[in-house]
Amino acid sequence: MSEAPPTTPPTEAAPVHEGTATPRPTMSRKSVGASQRTAPDRFTPPEPPALEVRDLSVYYGKKMALSGVSMQIPVKKITALIGPSGCGKSTLLRSLNRMNDLIPGARITGAVDYHGHNLYGNSVDPVEVRRRIGMVFQKPNPFPKSIFENVAFGARVNGYKGDYNELVERSLRQAALWDEVKDDLKKSGLALSGGQQQRLCIARALAVEPEIILMDEPCSALDPIATLKIEELMRQLARDYTIVIVTHNMQQAARVSDYTGFFLAGEAAYGQLIEYGPTEEIFTTPMDPRTEDYITGRFG
Amino acid sequence: MAVSLPDENFTLQATGRVARRQAVSRASKWVLLGASMIGVVVLFALMVDTIVVGWSRISWSFFTSYPSRFADQAGLRSSFIGSIWILSLTIVFVVPIAIATAIWIEEFAPKTRLLEFVKLNLANLAGVPSIIYGVLGLAVFVRLFGWGSSILAGSFTLFLMILPMTVIASQEAIRQVPPSLRQGSLALGATEWQTVWYHVLPGALPGIITGVILALARAAGETAALIMIGAFTFIAFDNTSIWDSFTTMPIQVYNWTVRPQEAFRQNAAAGILVLMTVVLTFNIAAAALRERFRN
Repeated sequence: MSEAPPTTPPTEAAPVHEGTATPRPTMSRKSVGASQRTAPDRFTPPEPPALEVRDLSVYYGKKMALSGVSMQIPVKKITALIGPSGCGKSTLLRSLNRMNDLIPGARITGAVDYHGHNLYGNSVDPVEVRRRIGMVFQKPNPFPKSIFENVAFGARVNGYKGDYNELVERSLRQAALWDEVKDDLKKSGLALSGGQQQRLCIARALAVEPEIILMDEPCSALDPIATLKIEELMRQLARDYTIVIVTHNMQQAARVSDYTGFFLAGEAAYGQLIEYGPTEEIFTTPMDPRTEDYITGRFG
Repeated sequence: MAVSLPDENFTLQATGRVARRQAVSRASKWVLLGASMIGVVVLFALMVDTIVVGWSRISWSFFTSYPSRFADQAGLRSSFIGSIWILSLTIVFVVPIAIATAIWIEEFAPKTRLLEFVKLNLANLAGVPSIIYGVLGLAVFVRLFGWGSSILAGSFTLFLMILPMTVIASQEAIRQVPPSLRQGSLALGATEWQTVWYHVLPGALPGIITGVILALARAAGETAALIMIGAFTFIAFDNTSIWDSFTTMPIQVYNWTVRPQEAFRQNAAAGILVLMTVVLTFNIAAAALRERFRN
Protein backbone atom coordinates (compact mmCIF):
# COMPACT_ATOMS: atom_id res chain seq x y z
CA MET A 1 0.00 0.00 0.00
CA SER A 2 2.73 2.37 0.87
CA GLU A 3 4.83 1.44 -2.13
CA ALA A 4 4.91 3.95 -4.90
CA PRO A 5 3.69 1.99 -7.91
CA PRO A 6 5.06 4.00 -10.83
CA THR A 7 8.51 2.97 -11.86
CA THR A 8 8.45 4.73 -15.19
CA PRO A 9 8.31 8.48 -14.82
CA PRO A 10 5.23 9.60 -16.72
CA THR A 11 6.96 12.61 -18.24
CA GLU A 12 9.29 10.28 -20.07
CA ALA A 13 6.58 7.95 -21.19
CA ALA A 14 4.59 10.62 -22.90
CA PRO A 15 6.79 11.60 -25.85
CA VAL A 16 7.73 8.02 -26.62
CA HIS A 17 4.20 7.02 -27.37
CA GLU A 18 3.02 10.17 -28.98
CA GLY A 19 1.88 9.30 -32.44
CA THR A 20 2.13 5.57 -31.91
CA ALA A 21 0.10 4.28 -28.98
CA THR A 22 -2.31 7.16 -28.81
CA PRO A 23 -2.35 8.92 -32.13
CA ARG A 24 -4.30 12.11 -32.30
CA PRO A 25 -5.51 12.13 -35.86
CA THR A 26 -6.73 15.46 -37.11
CA MET A 27 -9.94 13.89 -38.32
CA SER A 28 -10.89 12.57 -34.88
CA ARG A 29 -13.78 15.02 -34.48
CA LYS A 30 -15.55 13.74 -37.55
CA SER A 31 -18.05 10.93 -37.65
CA VAL A 32 -17.36 7.69 -35.83
CA GLY A 33 -16.32 5.14 -38.37
CA ALA A 34 -13.85 2.52 -39.40
CA SER A 35 -11.90 5.02 -41.42
CA GLN A 36 -10.47 6.43 -38.20
CA ARG A 37 -9.05 3.15 -37.15
CA THR A 38 -5.70 2.33 -38.59
CA ALA A 39 -5.27 -0.78 -36.46
CA PRO A 40 -7.66 -2.78 -34.28
CA ASP A 41 -6.30 -1.36 -31.03
CA ARG A 42 -5.61 2.17 -32.25
CA PHE A 43 -8.69 4.24 -31.85
CA THR A 44 -9.35 7.75 -30.64
CA PRO A 45 -12.94 8.46 -29.65
CA PRO A 46 -14.28 11.78 -30.96
CA GLU A 47 -15.20 12.96 -27.48
CA PRO A 48 -12.56 14.53 -25.27
CA PRO A 49 -10.97 11.94 -23.01
CA ALA A 50 -11.95 11.67 -19.36
CA LEU A 51 -9.06 9.31 -18.82
CA GLU A 52 -6.12 8.65 -21.04
CA VAL A 53 -4.35 5.37 -20.46
CA ARG A 54 -0.82 5.43 -21.80
CA ASP A 55 1.20 2.27 -22.22
CA LEU A 56 -0.09 0.86 -18.95
CA SER A 57 1.32 -2.43 -17.72
CA VAL A 58 0.35 -4.04 -14.45
CA TYR A 59 2.34 -6.67 -12.58
CA TYR A 60 1.32 -8.81 -9.65
CA GLY A 61 4.64 -9.67 -8.12
CA LYS A 62 6.77 -10.89 -11.00
CA LYS A 63 3.79 -11.89 -13.10
CA MET A 64 2.65 -9.46 -15.75
CA ALA A 65 -1.15 -9.21 -15.77
CA LEU A 66 -1.65 -6.52 -18.35
CA SER A 67 0.73 -5.32 -21.02
CA GLY A 68 1.09 -1.97 -22.69
CA VAL A 69 -2.51 -0.80 -22.85
CA SER A 70 -3.16 2.60 -24.40
CA MET A 71 -6.69 3.87 -24.74
CA GLN A 72 -8.73 7.00 -24.29
CA ILE A 73 -11.87 6.76 -22.19
CA PRO A 74 -14.29 9.34 -23.60
CA VAL A 75 -16.12 11.72 -21.32
CA LYS A 76 -19.81 11.11 -20.48
CA LYS A 77 -19.94 7.90 -22.49
CA ILE A 78 -20.13 4.27 -21.48
CA THR A 79 -17.02 2.32 -22.31
CA ALA A 80 -17.25 -1.44 -21.94
CA LEU A 81 -14.24 -3.66 -21.36
CA ILE A 82 -14.91 -7.22 -22.49
CA GLY A 83 -12.92 -10.40 -22.80
CA PRO A 84 -12.56 -13.85 -21.25
CA SER A 85 -11.50 -14.41 -17.63
CA GLY A 86 -7.91 -13.52 -16.90
CA CYS A 87 -7.63 -11.11 -19.80
CA GLY A 88 -6.78 -8.18 -17.55
CA LYS A 89 -9.94 -6.14 -17.98
CA SER A 90 -10.70 -5.98 -14.26
CA THR A 91 -7.05 -5.27 -13.60
CA LEU A 92 -7.26 -2.30 -15.96
CA LEU A 93 -10.46 -1.09 -14.30
CA ARG A 94 -8.91 -1.23 -10.85
CA SER A 95 -5.89 0.67 -12.12
CA LEU A 96 -8.15 3.56 -13.10
CA ASN A 97 -8.84 4.59 -9.50
CA ARG A 98 -5.82 3.05 -7.82
CA MET A 99 -7.72 0.21 -6.20
CA ASN A 100 -4.85 -1.97 -7.39
CA ASP A 101 -2.72 -0.29 -4.74
CA LEU A 102 -4.56 -2.45 -2.22
CA ILE A 103 -3.28 -5.69 -3.70
CA PRO A 104 0.07 -6.56 -2.14
CA GLY A 105 2.76 -6.80 -4.77
CA ALA A 106 0.82 -4.95 -7.48
CA ARG A 107 3.07 -2.70 -9.56
CA ILE A 108 2.33 -0.42 -12.45
CA THR A 109 4.27 1.12 -15.30
CA GLY A 110 2.95 3.65 -17.76
CA ALA A 111 0.46 6.37 -16.99
CA VAL A 112 -3.21 7.18 -16.61
CA ASP A 113 -3.87 10.85 -17.26
CA TYR A 114 -6.81 12.55 -15.64
CA HIS A 115 -7.27 16.29 -16.09
CA GLY A 116 -3.67 16.44 -17.22
CA HIS A 117 -2.34 14.71 -14.12
CA ASN A 118 -0.94 11.22 -14.07
CA LEU A 119 -2.90 9.22 -11.47
CA TYR A 120 0.37 7.45 -10.67
CA GLY A 121 2.37 10.66 -10.30
CA ASN A 122 4.41 11.06 -7.15
CA SER A 123 2.31 13.77 -5.54
CA VAL A 124 -1.03 12.10 -6.26
CA ASP A 125 -2.97 10.86 -3.24
CA PRO A 126 -5.02 7.71 -3.94
CA VAL A 127 -7.76 8.86 -1.54
CA GLU A 128 -8.26 12.00 -3.62
CA VAL A 129 -8.31 9.89 -6.79
CA ARG A 130 -10.96 7.50 -5.46
CA ARG A 131 -13.20 10.33 -4.35
CA ARG A 132 -13.35 11.58 -7.95
CA ILE A 133 -13.35 8.21 -9.66
CA GLY A 134 -15.90 6.00 -7.91
CA MET A 135 -16.34 2.27 -8.14
CA VAL A 136 -19.18 -0.24 -8.05
CA PHE A 137 -18.22 -3.84 -7.39
CA GLN A 138 -19.24 -7.20 -8.77
CA LYS A 139 -21.01 -8.33 -5.65
CA PRO A 140 -23.21 -5.70 -4.03
CA ASN A 141 -21.36 -4.68 -0.86
CA PRO A 142 -23.56 -2.33 1.15
CA PHE A 143 -22.27 -1.51 4.61
CA PRO A 144 -24.12 -3.23 7.47
CA LYS A 145 -25.72 0.09 8.32
CA SER A 146 -28.94 1.86 7.44
CA ILE A 147 -29.75 2.83 3.87
CA PHE A 148 -29.34 6.46 4.85
CA GLU A 149 -25.92 5.89 6.39
CA ASN A 150 -24.79 3.86 3.40
CA VAL A 151 -25.42 6.81 1.12
CA ALA A 152 -24.18 9.43 3.57
CA PHE A 153 -20.95 7.62 4.44
CA GLY A 154 -18.83 8.79 1.52
CA ALA A 155 -19.91 12.37 2.05
CA ARG A 156 -19.26 12.11 5.78
CA VAL A 157 -15.72 10.88 5.45
CA ASN A 158 -15.07 13.60 2.90
CA GLY A 159 -16.29 16.23 5.33
CA TYR A 160 -19.42 17.24 3.44
CA LYS A 161 -21.05 20.17 5.22
CA GLY A 162 -24.36 20.42 3.35
CA ASP A 163 -27.82 19.02 3.99
CA TYR A 164 -27.52 15.26 4.33
CA ASN A 165 -31.25 14.59 3.91
CA GLU A 166 -31.18 16.35 0.59
CA LEU A 167 -27.98 14.64 -0.50
CA VAL A 168 -29.29 11.18 0.34
CA GLU A 169 -32.58 11.81 -1.47
CA ARG A 170 -30.85 13.21 -4.54
CA SER A 171 -28.40 10.31 -4.74
CA LEU A 172 -31.12 7.69 -4.25
CA ARG A 173 -33.25 9.36 -6.93
CA GLN A 174 -30.30 9.40 -9.32
CA ALA A 175 -29.84 5.69 -8.66
CA ALA A 176 -33.58 5.06 -9.29
CA LEU A 177 -34.00 3.66 -5.81
CA TRP A 178 -35.71 6.50 -3.96
CA ASP A 179 -39.31 5.45 -4.58
CA GLU A 180 -38.61 1.94 -3.32
CA VAL A 181 -36.86 2.89 -0.10
CA LYS A 182 -37.99 6.40 0.84
CA ASP A 183 -40.09 5.11 3.75
CA ASP A 184 -37.39 2.74 5.07
CA LEU A 185 -34.26 4.85 5.09
CA LYS A 186 -33.48 3.54 8.58
CA LYS A 187 -33.68 -0.07 7.43
CA SER A 188 -30.42 -1.95 7.01
CA GLY A 189 -28.93 -1.83 3.53
CA LEU A 190 -28.50 -5.58 3.78
CA ALA A 191 -32.28 -6.06 3.99
CA LEU A 192 -32.70 -5.00 0.35
CA SER A 193 -32.81 -7.37 -2.62
CA GLY A 194 -29.65 -7.94 -4.64
CA GLY A 195 -30.63 -5.51 -7.37
CA GLN A 196 -31.65 -2.87 -4.85
CA GLN A 197 -28.38 -3.39 -2.99
CA GLN A 198 -26.46 -2.77 -6.18
CA ARG A 199 -28.43 0.42 -6.86
CA LEU A 200 -27.74 1.43 -3.26
CA CYS A 201 -24.04 0.97 -3.97
CA ILE A 202 -24.42 3.13 -7.06
CA ALA A 203 -26.27 5.78 -5.01
CA ARG A 204 -23.48 5.59 -2.45
CA ALA A 205 -20.90 6.18 -5.16
CA LEU A 206 -22.90 9.08 -6.62
CA ALA A 207 -23.20 10.80 -3.24
CA VAL A 208 -19.53 11.79 -3.26
CA GLU A 209 -20.12 13.45 -6.65
CA PRO A 210 -17.50 11.68 -8.71
CA GLU A 211 -16.83 12.42 -12.37
CA ILE A 212 -16.20 8.86 -13.38
CA ILE A 213 -17.83 5.65 -12.22
CA LEU A 214 -16.08 2.34 -12.70
CA MET A 215 -18.27 -0.73 -12.64
CA ASP A 216 -16.76 -4.18 -12.23
CA GLU A 217 -19.30 -6.66 -13.60
CA PRO A 218 -22.08 -4.87 -11.71
CA CYS A 219 -24.83 -7.24 -12.84
CA SER A 220 -23.15 -10.61 -12.69
CA ALA A 221 -24.76 -11.41 -9.32
CA LEU A 222 -28.22 -10.16 -10.36
CA ASP A 223 -31.25 -11.65 -12.06
CA PRO A 224 -32.26 -10.45 -15.56
CA ILE A 225 -34.89 -7.97 -14.37
CA ALA A 226 -32.55 -6.35 -11.86
CA THR A 227 -29.88 -6.35 -14.57
CA LEU A 228 -32.19 -4.49 -16.93
CA LYS A 229 -32.87 -1.86 -14.29
CA ILE A 230 -29.16 -1.29 -13.72
CA GLU A 231 -28.60 -1.02 -17.46
CA GLU A 232 -31.36 1.58 -17.81
CA LEU A 233 -29.83 3.42 -14.91
CA MET A 234 -26.43 3.37 -16.57
CA ARG A 235 -27.85 4.94 -19.71
CA GLN A 236 -29.36 7.72 -17.61
CA LEU A 237 -26.18 8.25 -15.64
CA ALA A 238 -24.13 8.52 -18.82
CA ARG A 239 -25.69 11.95 -19.37
CA ASP A 240 -23.72 13.29 -16.44
CA TYR A 241 -20.99 10.78 -15.75
CA THR A 242 -18.27 8.93 -17.55
CA ILE A 243 -18.82 5.23 -17.05
CA VAL A 244 -16.42 2.35 -17.56
CA ILE A 245 -17.91 -1.10 -17.20
CA VAL A 246 -16.26 -4.49 -17.14
CA THR A 247 -18.63 -7.22 -18.22
CA HIS A 248 -18.60 -10.88 -19.13
CA ASN A 249 -21.93 -10.45 -20.78
CA MET A 250 -21.47 -9.48 -24.41
CA GLN A 251 -25.13 -8.68 -24.92
CA GLN A 252 -24.83 -6.25 -22.06
CA ALA A 253 -21.84 -4.57 -23.61
CA ALA A 254 -23.70 -4.36 -26.90
CA ARG A 255 -26.84 -2.98 -25.25
CA VAL A 256 -25.42 -0.30 -23.01
CA SER A 257 -22.01 0.79 -24.15
CA ASP A 258 -20.91 3.42 -26.65
CA TYR A 259 -17.40 2.09 -26.99
CA THR A 260 -15.99 -1.35 -26.42
CA GLY A 261 -12.48 -2.55 -25.73
CA PHE A 262 -11.75 -6.25 -26.25
CA PHE A 263 -9.01 -7.82 -24.17
CA LEU A 264 -7.34 -11.17 -24.45
CA ALA A 265 -4.55 -12.95 -22.67
CA GLY A 266 -2.26 -14.23 -25.37
CA GLU A 267 0.08 -17.19 -25.23
CA ALA A 268 2.37 -15.20 -22.96
CA ALA A 269 -0.55 -15.18 -20.47
CA TYR A 270 -0.69 -11.45 -19.94
CA GLY A 271 -3.69 -9.41 -20.97
CA GLN A 272 -3.61 -7.09 -23.92
CA LEU A 273 -5.99 -4.69 -25.58
CA ILE A 274 -6.81 -6.43 -28.84
CA GLU A 275 -9.37 -4.12 -30.30
CA TYR A 276 -11.03 -0.88 -29.33
CA GLY A 277 -13.71 1.07 -31.12
CA PRO A 278 -17.35 2.09 -31.27
CA THR A 279 -19.45 -0.72 -29.85
CA GLU A 280 -21.49 -1.17 -33.00
CA GLU A 281 -18.38 -1.56 -35.07
CA ILE A 282 -16.77 -4.01 -32.68
CA PHE A 283 -19.87 -6.18 -32.76
CA THR A 284 -20.63 -5.94 -36.47
CA THR A 285 -17.35 -5.39 -38.28
CA PRO A 286 -14.48 -6.28 -36.00
CA MET A 287 -11.06 -5.79 -37.53
CA ASP A 288 -9.24 -8.49 -35.63
CA PRO A 289 -10.25 -12.12 -36.24
CA ARG A 290 -9.81 -12.88 -32.52
CA THR A 291 -12.45 -10.27 -31.69
CA GLU A 292 -14.79 -11.86 -34.16
CA ASP A 293 -14.19 -15.31 -32.72
CA TYR A 294 -14.97 -14.05 -29.25
CA ILE A 295 -18.11 -12.09 -30.01
CA THR A 296 -19.54 -14.84 -32.15
CA GLY A 297 -18.90 -17.37 -29.40
CA ARG A 298 -16.41 -19.33 -31.46
CA PHE A 299 -13.76 -18.62 -28.90
CA GLY A 300 -12.14 -21.74 -27.45
CA MET B 1 -32.55 -57.91 -21.74
CA ALA B 2 -34.05 -60.52 -19.50
CA VAL B 3 -36.27 -59.38 -16.67
CA SER B 4 -34.82 -60.76 -13.45
CA LEU B 5 -37.24 -62.58 -11.23
CA PRO B 6 -37.42 -61.85 -7.49
CA ASP B 7 -34.54 -63.66 -5.84
CA GLU B 8 -35.30 -65.42 -2.61
CA ASN B 9 -31.76 -64.84 -1.32
CA PHE B 10 -31.77 -61.11 -2.16
CA THR B 11 -31.45 -58.92 0.95
CA LEU B 12 -30.66 -55.31 1.73
CA GLN B 13 -29.71 -56.09 5.31
CA ALA B 14 -26.07 -55.60 6.19
CA THR B 15 -24.13 -58.84 5.83
CA GLY B 16 -20.49 -59.86 5.76
CA ARG B 17 -18.03 -56.98 5.46
CA VAL B 18 -20.68 -54.28 5.44
CA ALA B 19 -22.02 -55.59 8.75
CA ARG B 20 -18.54 -55.53 10.29
CA ARG B 21 -17.83 -52.01 9.05
CA GLN B 22 -21.16 -50.81 10.38
CA ALA B 23 -20.47 -52.38 13.78
CA VAL B 24 -17.19 -50.44 14.02
CA SER B 25 -18.95 -47.28 12.95
CA ARG B 26 -21.69 -47.67 15.58
CA ALA B 27 -19.15 -48.46 18.30
CA SER B 28 -17.11 -45.38 17.39
CA LYS B 29 -19.99 -43.10 18.36
CA TRP B 30 -19.99 -44.46 21.90
CA VAL B 31 -16.22 -44.27 22.25
CA LEU B 32 -16.23 -40.66 21.10
CA LEU B 33 -19.11 -39.82 23.43
CA GLY B 34 -17.19 -41.40 26.30
CA ALA B 35 -14.10 -39.33 25.55
CA SER B 36 -16.19 -36.18 25.48
CA MET B 37 -17.80 -36.97 28.81
CA ILE B 38 -14.54 -37.36 30.78
CA GLY B 39 -14.01 -33.62 31.14
CA VAL B 40 -17.64 -32.95 31.93
CA VAL B 41 -17.86 -35.66 34.57
CA VAL B 42 -14.64 -34.56 36.30
CA LEU B 43 -15.79 -30.95 36.42
CA PHE B 44 -19.18 -32.03 37.70
CA ALA B 45 -17.67 -34.23 40.42
CA LEU B 46 -15.38 -31.41 41.46
CA MET B 47 -18.27 -28.98 41.68
CA VAL B 48 -20.39 -31.38 43.71
CA ASP B 49 -17.55 -32.03 46.13
CA THR B 50 -16.85 -28.29 46.47
CA ILE B 51 -20.51 -27.48 47.04
CA VAL B 52 -20.84 -30.20 49.67
CA VAL B 53 -17.82 -28.90 51.58
CA GLY B 54 -18.24 -25.18 51.08
CA TRP B 55 -21.91 -24.37 50.66
CA SER B 56 -22.50 -23.90 54.41
CA ARG B 57 -19.94 -21.07 54.46
CA ILE B 58 -21.64 -19.02 51.73
CA SER B 59 -23.34 -16.14 53.49
CA TRP B 60 -23.39 -12.39 53.32
CA SER B 61 -20.75 -12.09 56.02
CA PHE B 62 -18.41 -14.30 53.96
CA PHE B 63 -18.31 -11.44 51.42
CA THR B 64 -18.12 -8.60 53.92
CA SER B 65 -15.45 -9.98 56.25
CA TYR B 66 -11.73 -9.49 55.98
CA PRO B 67 -9.44 -12.50 56.30
CA SER B 68 -8.97 -13.68 59.84
CA ARG B 69 -7.10 -16.28 61.82
CA PHE B 70 -10.51 -17.54 62.96
CA ALA B 71 -11.92 -19.52 60.09
CA ASP B 72 -15.56 -18.80 60.86
CA GLN B 73 -14.90 -15.04 60.86
CA ALA B 74 -12.74 -14.96 57.72
CA GLY B 75 -14.16 -13.70 54.47
CA LEU B 76 -13.41 -12.67 50.89
CA ARG B 77 -13.89 -8.94 51.26
CA SER B 78 -10.35 -7.69 50.63
CA SER B 79 -9.52 -10.30 47.99
CA PHE B 80 -12.81 -9.68 46.15
CA ILE B 81 -12.14 -5.96 46.05
CA GLY B 82 -8.52 -6.65 45.10
CA SER B 83 -9.66 -8.83 42.18
CA ILE B 84 -12.02 -6.11 40.95
CA TRP B 85 -9.23 -3.51 41.07
CA ILE B 86 -6.76 -5.78 39.32
CA LEU B 87 -9.17 -6.87 36.59
CA SER B 88 -10.48 -3.34 35.95
CA LEU B 89 -7.01 -1.95 35.55
CA THR B 90 -5.98 -4.89 33.38
CA ILE B 91 -8.92 -4.18 31.03
CA VAL B 92 -7.89 -0.54 30.81
CA PHE B 93 -4.41 -1.56 29.68
CA VAL B 94 -5.17 -4.56 27.53
CA VAL B 95 -8.11 -3.36 25.43
CA PRO B 96 -6.48 -0.42 23.65
CA ILE B 97 -3.06 -2.05 23.32
CA ALA B 98 -4.40 -5.38 22.06
CA ILE B 99 -6.77 -3.78 19.56
CA ALA B 100 -4.08 -1.40 18.34
CA THR B 101 -1.64 -4.28 17.88
CA ALA B 102 -4.19 -6.42 16.05
CA ILE B 103 -5.18 -3.57 13.73
CA TRP B 104 -1.59 -2.81 12.94
CA ILE B 105 -0.82 -6.43 12.13
CA GLU B 106 -3.95 -7.04 10.07
CA GLU B 107 -4.55 -3.71 8.37
CA PHE B 108 -1.45 -1.60 8.23
CA ALA B 109 1.75 -3.57 8.65
CA PRO B 110 3.77 -3.94 5.47
CA LYS B 111 4.80 -7.53 4.87
CA THR B 112 8.28 -7.13 6.28
CA ARG B 113 10.59 -8.89 8.72
CA LEU B 114 9.31 -6.61 11.48
CA LEU B 115 5.79 -7.99 11.02
CA GLU B 116 7.09 -11.56 11.09
CA PHE B 117 9.08 -10.73 14.21
CA VAL B 118 6.05 -9.29 16.01
CA LYS B 119 3.84 -12.24 15.03
CA LEU B 120 6.43 -14.78 16.10
CA ASN B 121 6.85 -13.03 19.44
CA LEU B 122 3.11 -12.97 20.08
CA ALA B 123 2.81 -16.65 19.29
CA ASN B 124 5.69 -17.42 21.66
CA LEU B 125 4.42 -15.15 24.42
CA ALA B 126 1.06 -16.92 24.33
CA GLY B 127 2.81 -20.11 25.38
CA VAL B 128 4.94 -18.70 28.19
CA PRO B 129 3.98 -20.13 31.64
CA SER B 130 2.38 -17.57 33.92
CA ILE B 131 5.05 -17.95 36.59
CA ILE B 132 7.54 -16.49 34.12
CA TYR B 133 5.34 -13.42 33.80
CA GLY B 134 5.41 -13.28 37.57
CA VAL B 135 9.21 -13.29 37.60
CA LEU B 136 9.22 -10.58 34.96
CA GLY B 137 6.69 -8.51 36.91
CA LEU B 138 8.76 -8.88 40.07
CA ALA B 139 12.00 -7.87 38.37
CA VAL B 140 10.66 -5.03 36.25
CA PHE B 141 7.53 -3.53 37.82
CA VAL B 142 8.07 -4.29 41.51
CA ARG B 143 11.82 -3.78 41.74
CA LEU B 144 13.13 -1.84 38.71
CA PHE B 145 10.22 0.59 38.44
CA GLY B 146 9.88 0.63 42.21
CA TRP B 147 6.13 0.12 42.16
CA GLY B 148 6.30 -2.41 44.99
CA SER B 149 3.77 -5.22 45.30
CA SER B 150 1.05 -2.82 44.20
CA ILE B 151 -2.16 -3.14 42.22
CA LEU B 152 -0.43 -1.32 39.38
CA ALA B 153 2.41 -3.85 39.28
CA GLY B 154 -0.11 -6.72 39.46
CA SER B 155 -2.29 -5.45 36.63
CA PHE B 156 0.71 -4.73 34.43
CA THR B 157 1.86 -8.30 34.94
CA LEU B 158 -1.55 -9.74 34.10
CA PHE B 159 -1.87 -7.30 31.18
CA LEU B 160 1.33 -8.70 29.67
CA MET B 161 0.16 -12.23 30.35
CA ILE B 162 -3.19 -11.94 28.56
CA LEU B 163 -2.02 -9.54 25.85
CA PRO B 164 -1.00 -12.27 23.36
CA MET B 165 -4.30 -14.17 23.56
CA THR B 166 -6.28 -10.93 23.33
CA VAL B 167 -4.30 -9.80 20.30
CA ILE B 168 -4.76 -13.16 18.60
CA ALA B 169 -8.53 -13.15 19.29
CA SER B 170 -8.77 -9.58 17.97
CA GLN B 171 -6.81 -10.49 14.85
CA GLU B 172 -9.21 -13.35 14.27
CA ALA B 173 -12.18 -11.00 14.64
CA ILE B 174 -10.67 -8.43 12.28
CA ARG B 175 -10.02 -11.08 9.66
CA GLN B 176 -13.72 -12.03 9.77
CA VAL B 177 -14.69 -8.59 8.44
CA PRO B 178 -15.23 -9.13 4.70
CA PRO B 179 -12.66 -7.45 2.42
CA SER B 180 -15.52 -6.19 0.25
CA LEU B 181 -16.46 -3.76 3.04
CA ARG B 182 -12.98 -2.31 3.11
CA GLN B 183 -12.96 -1.98 -0.66
CA GLY B 184 -16.37 -0.33 -0.67
CA SER B 185 -15.22 2.17 1.91
CA LEU B 186 -11.88 2.93 0.24
CA ALA B 187 -13.55 3.30 -3.16
CA LEU B 188 -15.61 6.15 -1.71
CA GLY B 189 -12.51 8.10 -0.82
CA ALA B 190 -12.30 7.05 2.82
CA THR B 191 -8.78 6.83 4.21
CA GLU B 192 -7.43 3.60 5.60
CA TRP B 193 -7.95 4.85 9.13
CA GLN B 194 -11.55 5.91 8.40
CA THR B 195 -12.16 2.48 6.91
CA VAL B 196 -10.82 0.81 10.02
CA TRP B 197 -12.71 3.12 12.38
CA TYR B 198 -16.11 3.05 10.67
CA HIS B 199 -16.21 -0.47 9.25
CA VAL B 200 -13.51 -2.85 10.42
CA LEU B 201 -13.69 -2.08 14.13
CA PRO B 202 -17.50 -2.14 14.44
CA GLY B 203 -17.57 -5.38 12.48
CA ALA B 204 -14.86 -6.96 14.60
CA LEU B 205 -16.08 -5.64 17.96
CA PRO B 206 -18.22 -8.64 19.03
CA GLY B 207 -15.28 -10.97 18.41
CA ILE B 208 -12.89 -8.65 20.17
CA ILE B 209 -15.15 -8.31 23.21
CA THR B 210 -15.54 -12.07 23.39
CA GLY B 211 -11.77 -12.49 23.27
CA VAL B 212 -11.23 -9.88 25.96
CA ILE B 213 -13.78 -11.51 28.28
CA LEU B 214 -12.24 -14.94 27.87
CA ALA B 215 -8.79 -13.50 28.55
CA LEU B 216 -10.16 -11.77 31.65
CA ALA B 217 -11.58 -15.05 32.88
CA ARG B 218 -8.06 -16.38 32.75
CA ALA B 219 -6.67 -13.32 34.51
CA ALA B 220 -9.36 -13.61 37.20
CA GLY B 221 -8.15 -17.08 38.09
CA GLU B 222 -4.44 -16.33 37.81
CA THR B 223 -2.55 -17.15 40.99
CA ALA B 224 1.09 -18.03 40.34
CA ALA B 225 2.14 -14.79 38.63
CA LEU B 226 0.57 -12.65 41.35
CA ILE B 227 2.01 -14.68 44.20
CA MET B 228 5.38 -14.15 42.55
CA ILE B 229 5.06 -10.37 42.66
CA GLY B 230 4.06 -10.45 46.31
CA ALA B 231 0.27 -10.58 46.43
CA PHE B 232 0.30 -13.47 48.92
CA THR B 233 -0.33 -11.13 51.82
CA PHE B 234 -2.71 -10.44 54.62
CA ILE B 235 -4.92 -7.52 53.58
CA ALA B 236 -7.41 -6.25 56.13
CA PHE B 237 -8.45 -3.03 54.42
CA ASP B 238 -10.35 -1.94 51.30
CA ASN B 239 -8.10 -1.02 48.38
CA THR B 240 -8.49 2.62 47.40
CA SER B 241 -5.49 3.31 45.19
CA ILE B 242 -3.41 1.63 42.50
CA TRP B 243 -0.40 1.89 44.83
CA ASP B 244 -2.02 -0.27 47.53
CA SER B 245 -0.75 -3.74 48.24
CA PHE B 246 -3.45 -6.26 47.42
CA THR B 247 -4.53 -9.85 47.23
CA THR B 248 -7.00 -11.59 44.93
CA MET B 249 -9.60 -14.32 45.29
CA PRO B 250 -7.57 -17.23 43.92
CA ILE B 251 -4.69 -16.27 46.18
CA GLN B 252 -7.05 -16.11 49.17
CA VAL B 253 -8.32 -19.58 48.28
CA TYR B 254 -4.77 -20.85 48.03
CA ASN B 255 -4.02 -19.23 51.35
CA TRP B 256 -6.88 -21.10 53.00
CA THR B 257 -6.09 -24.46 51.41
CA VAL B 258 -2.60 -24.54 52.88
CA ARG B 259 -3.91 -24.12 56.44
CA PRO B 260 -4.10 -27.34 58.43
CA GLN B 261 -7.51 -26.68 60.02
CA GLU B 262 -10.56 -28.33 58.51
CA ALA B 263 -12.62 -25.12 58.88
CA PHE B 264 -10.29 -23.22 56.54
CA ARG B 265 -10.73 -25.90 53.93
CA GLN B 266 -14.44 -25.14 54.06
CA ASN B 267 -13.60 -21.48 53.48
CA ALA B 268 -11.45 -22.48 50.52
CA ALA B 269 -14.31 -24.49 49.02
CA ALA B 270 -16.67 -21.56 49.46
CA GLY B 271 -14.08 -19.27 47.87
CA ILE B 272 -13.76 -21.66 44.93
CA LEU B 273 -17.55 -21.55 44.49
CA VAL B 274 -17.48 -17.75 44.29
CA LEU B 275 -14.50 -17.75 41.94
CA MET B 276 -16.06 -20.40 39.70
CA THR B 277 -19.28 -18.40 39.56
CA VAL B 278 -17.39 -15.30 38.48
CA VAL B 279 -15.38 -17.11 35.81
CA LEU B 280 -18.42 -19.02 34.52
CA THR B 281 -20.33 -15.74 34.31
CA PHE B 282 -17.54 -14.32 32.17
CA ASN B 283 -17.61 -17.33 29.88
CA ILE B 284 -21.39 -17.33 29.55
CA ALA B 285 -21.36 -13.59 28.84
CA ALA B 286 -18.79 -14.17 26.09
CA ALA B 287 -20.83 -16.98 24.55
CA ALA B 288 -24.05 -14.95 24.76
CA LEU B 289 -22.40 -11.97 23.08
CA ARG B 290 -21.08 -14.14 20.30
CA GLU B 291 -24.51 -15.67 19.71
CA ARG B 292 -26.25 -12.32 19.78
CA PHE B 293 -23.98 -10.67 17.22
CA ARG B 294 -23.90 -13.69 14.96
CA ASN B 295 -27.53 -13.06 14.01
